[in-house]
Amino acid sequence: MNIVVAIKHIPSIADDLPVKGNNVDFDSVDFVLNEFDEQSIEQAVLVKEAVGGTVTVVGVDMIGELDGVLHLALAKGADKAVKITGDDPAADSHQQAKWLAEAIKGMSADMVFAGVQASNDLDGQIGPMIAAHLDMPYIGGVSSVEVAGDSATVNKEFAGGVGAKYSVSLPMVVGVQASTKPPRYAPVSKVRQVAQTATIEKVAPSGDAGSGLTFKKMAPPVVTGHAEMIEGSSKDVAKKIVELLKSKGLA
Amino acid sequence: MAGPIKAKFVEKEHAVVDGVDISGHWNRMFEQRVITEYTPELIEKIADLPNAESFANCYQCAKCVSVCPVDIVGNYGPRKLYRYAQTGMDLTEAPELWLCTTCKNCLRVCPKEVDMIKIMPAAREEAILQGKFVPAELQQAFENTAKSGNPLGQPQRKRDAWIKDAGVEIPIIKDLARPVDVLWYVGSYPSYHPRGIDAASAAARIFSALGIDFAILGKEEKDDADSQRLAGEKGLFEMMAESNIATFNNYEWKEMVVTGPHELNAFKNVYPKYGFDRPVIHYTTFLARHLDQLKELLKHEVNVKVTYHDPCYLGRHNGEYEAPRKLLEAIPGVELVEMQRNRENGYCCGGGGGGMWMDSFTAKHTTMRLSEKRAMEAASTGADVLAVACPFEVSRFADAVKSTGNEHVDVLDILELLDKSMRGE
Amino acid sequence: MSNDIFVITEHMDGKFSDVSFELVGKAKELASALGGQAVAVVVGSGTASNVFASDSTIQVDDTALSQFNPEAYGKVIEALVKDKSPRLVMFGWTATGMDLAAWLSARLGVPCAAYVKNIGADLTMSCQAYGGKMSADVAPEGDMAIAAVLAGSFPVEAGQGSTAATTMASPVALDGLKTKFVEAIKPAAGDVDITAQTKLVSIGRGIGSKDNVELAEELAGKLGATVSSSRPVVDAGWLPRTRQVGKSGLKVKPKLYLMLGISGAPEHLEGMKSAELIIAINTDKKAPIFNVAHYGATADLFEVAEAMLELL
Ligand SMILES: Cc1cc2nc3c(=O)[nH]c(=O)nc-3n(C[C@H](O)[C@H](O)[C@H](O)COP(=O)(O)OP(=O)(O)OC[C@H]3O[C@@H](n4cnc5c(N)ncnc54)[C@H](O)[C@@H]3O)c2cc1C
Repeated sequence: MNIVVAIKHIPSIADDLPVKGNNVDFDSVDFVLNEFDEQSIEQAVLVKEAVGGTVTVVGVDMIGELDGVLHLALAKGADKAVKITGDDPAADSHQQAKWLAEAIKGMSADMVFAGVQASNDLDGQIGPMIAAHLDMPYIGGVSSVEVAGDSATVNKEFAGGVGAKYSVSLPMVVGVQASTKPPRYAPVSKVRQVAQTATIEKVAPSGDAGSGLTFKKMAPPVVTGHAEMIEGSSKDVAKKIVELLKSKGLA
Repeated sequence: MAGPIKAKFVEKEHAVVDGVDISGHWNRMFEQRVITEYTPELIEKIADLPNAESFANCYQCAKCVSVCPVDIVGNYGPRKLYRYAQTGMDLTEAPELWLCTTCKNCLRVCPKEVDMIKIMPAAREEAILQGKFVPAELQQAFENTAKSGNPLGQPQRKRDAWIKDAGVEIPIIKDLARPVDVLWYVGSYPSYHPRGIDAASAAARIFSALGIDFAILGKEEKDDADSQRLAGEKGLFEMMAESNIATFNNYEWKEMVVTGPHELNAFKNVYPKYGFDRPVIHYTTFLARHLDQLKELLKHEVNVKVTYHDPCYLGRHNGEYEAPRKLLEAIPGVELVEMQRNRENGYCCGGGGGGMWMDSFTAKHTTMRLSEKRAMEAASTGADVLAVACPFEVSRFADAVKSTGNEHVDVLDILELLDKSMRGE
Repeated sequence: MSNDIFVITEHMDGKFSDVSFELVGKAKELASALGGQAVAVVVGSGTASNVFASDSTIQVDDTALSQFNPEAYGKVIEALVKDKSPRLVMFGWTATGMDLAAWLSARLGVPCAAYVKNIGADLTMSCQAYGGKMSADVAPEGDMAIAAVLAGSFPVEAGQGSTAATTMASPVALDGLKTKFVEAIKPAAGDVDITAQTKLVSIGRGIGSKDNVELAEELAGKLGATVSSSRPVVDAGWLPRTRQVGKSGLKVKPKLYLMLGISGAPEHLEGMKSAELIIAINTDKKAPIFNVAHYGATADLFEVAEAMLELL
């Protein structure tokens, strides 16, 4: 079973995002692995452990710092790591999906996993676009995957615990919402060892596919309303909240 | 494995040596015996790991077995591990890998310097790297350390929550914003574990009464991770060491006092390899230095018979046997009695080398917990109090005296006994 | 080429979701500005579709479409869109729309904007990306575009009506599908129903660990409230799935929604923004939740919760 995980290295939203011109100032932000990709890597490794095969993790190197992310994936059980030398921190999902699809084409993948979405998917997510380029079926919002023979059974979530089970004949692309088990711990020793020994295959980007979107403005959202902020120490805050709740008959 | 192969022999029907006819079975000579039933491969597999070379030195004299604390409650010791490896055990896959507490008693007596303190971390790291079996409790402790900065998985921001009930002011070095004489590294168990907090609070009161100019790191303090290193997670240890060293070096202080022997070992013996080289001492050594002044504070009698358990990492690993005893003897009313195994030959509580986080696993592979064995030994001296000087031990022994029916023995840190005498409670 | 605005509606068990009406309402506004028609597209089987205020409704009817199937729905929509060349195709940025919008964009090579909050008459789209921390205005090139719009962006009422649907057979053959719908998954019963509670103490990733959930339980106990949460808390296994508020969780409308350590991602907001009183505690003064909450405090949730416990 050839399993491929397509990942995205994205600007961290832990801190404020600086703006340059009409877009994020990609030179002054930290990049992190998309949180849904952690789930998708775990799901891929779980499938490998269940039915055998190899897991190849592939991503576009946005700012030259993808190695750390790939090492972590290898430490968690991926077998191969590939980086597409994009070197364009502004590459959008359309562009990344195209490059990824071109890279994945030669891998004779039975399953491709991707995080269901990323916070910078302004032009849509890479999962369904990779599926479109590779002419494979796609199902997103997936929270469990079982493989038997050449078909997979996946659970897709709609809302409020309602979902649906699908059976898909492989190959397919899965958009992972949550892995069946929480992502595993990668021993730091293992990550450090991998960092010293692993070879990361480099692939030149191939294929052009911009999003066709022109950025006209990028800014923190215009605040239509803002919470009335309660100032003071935590004790003051607690006191004021309790008073407020009492005044409204809620405490 | 194939059965033993009998040695081949030559027996000439007609043999004349130096003109003497020695025909007959008395000319029988045995051929050199090929030891095919034993392969050296599994021994080499371990000895080939960096730092584990001495595994191959073993010549099976068995001195180690008689002092191995695990052998007393099971079937263990370096000699046996060597023998198991010789007869087909891959240490990286065997439960035996996780039973050693790195107590160092074997190395003390080993004529060939087979060093389990180096072999075990190397073999365990190999198992971790190869994705072999790792006890789940231990993995959890690793993950907790990586995520929360302490093996208990407690939030970092609560690390100094205990100080508000200590009864004395405990300055945080960051808030103090000036150099101090003593940086007191409290440690994870004294910061979070209820029984550890008792000892930490006692220490704070003693330091304060002695007028020591000290401060703690507060929320900036993180686990030393030495036991995680000994349990095989060297990468995690290095990550923590780098971060701790940076924190330590952020501040001006003359000397660091640690509550725990494991921290002493980490900061004094291992962190120097990572560029940290500043004075660190254990609280027993530190207080013994202030003994005259301390004696004046020990106003109240504590009329108990006390036996003292030497922590492996204070005694054998760092050579401190006297200071704890001096402190105990300084307490009016205390009668100190020794257990049969003491000082260099002290027994082990089972918490070292990651044993702290493999309690159920170890229990499955031994007849009794090491802490229980030791609690019984303590009780047999007739002592009222089992005194300890390592934060791992209080919780371990407090549990062990109960499970062995020796509730009448109180388990107290030396700090708590000093504090009792100081305050008369 | 036309100036029509297509809305790909979504339904389950014969009921259309709110977002479909929201989009139809907006489509009408855009269509009249552009001189085209607002077309509601219903993909299904025997669905009663005369419920929209659209200018027209197209219902593609086939038994293979009775349940949502991304592969089948994708093929149908692709064929229909190719045939009719609308100016704009609108999806909800929902569990179903998310499977289709970007896929269609890559298939047809037309631009797609996601996380859309608003659309101007010139089809400039305002998107709420980066977890709600940024708002981007983007303009699609060319003469066709796709918008995947966040639920709750427009009023529902403007899209409700009774336009008769024109039923058509699937424009593509639907045999040989690789994707088969097996069965529906219903929520596990048994836990409290958070949608029926008047007070919720809702916790997010800021709660830090499973052990800390207790603190929230305690506070909720004192307030006579129930504990709910954002998705990561449920994903980590700290609370059962039945407690999740938001896009893939439940929609709640309590009298009190006290939020501890929830950032306010659009997916969460979808589930709670109509709560009567929203109070948010978050250490990040720029957390998007403060744009939605009625009261907020930049503070440590643990300190505030503990202090509140002392006062209650
Ligand atoms: C298809 C799909 C469906 C989804 N459905 C849902 C859904 O139904 N519900 C949902 O909630 N999410 C949903 N999500 C996930 C959503 O995108 C966000 O990831 C999620 O809502 C974030 O949860 P959070 O606010 O708890 O975590 P974070 O965004 O990580 O925020 C944690 C917050 O806690 C604050 N904090 C940290 N420590 C403290 C402290 N000590 N005191 C106070 N504040 C602190 C931080 O400042 C931060 O703002 C969905 C995502 C997808 C892709």
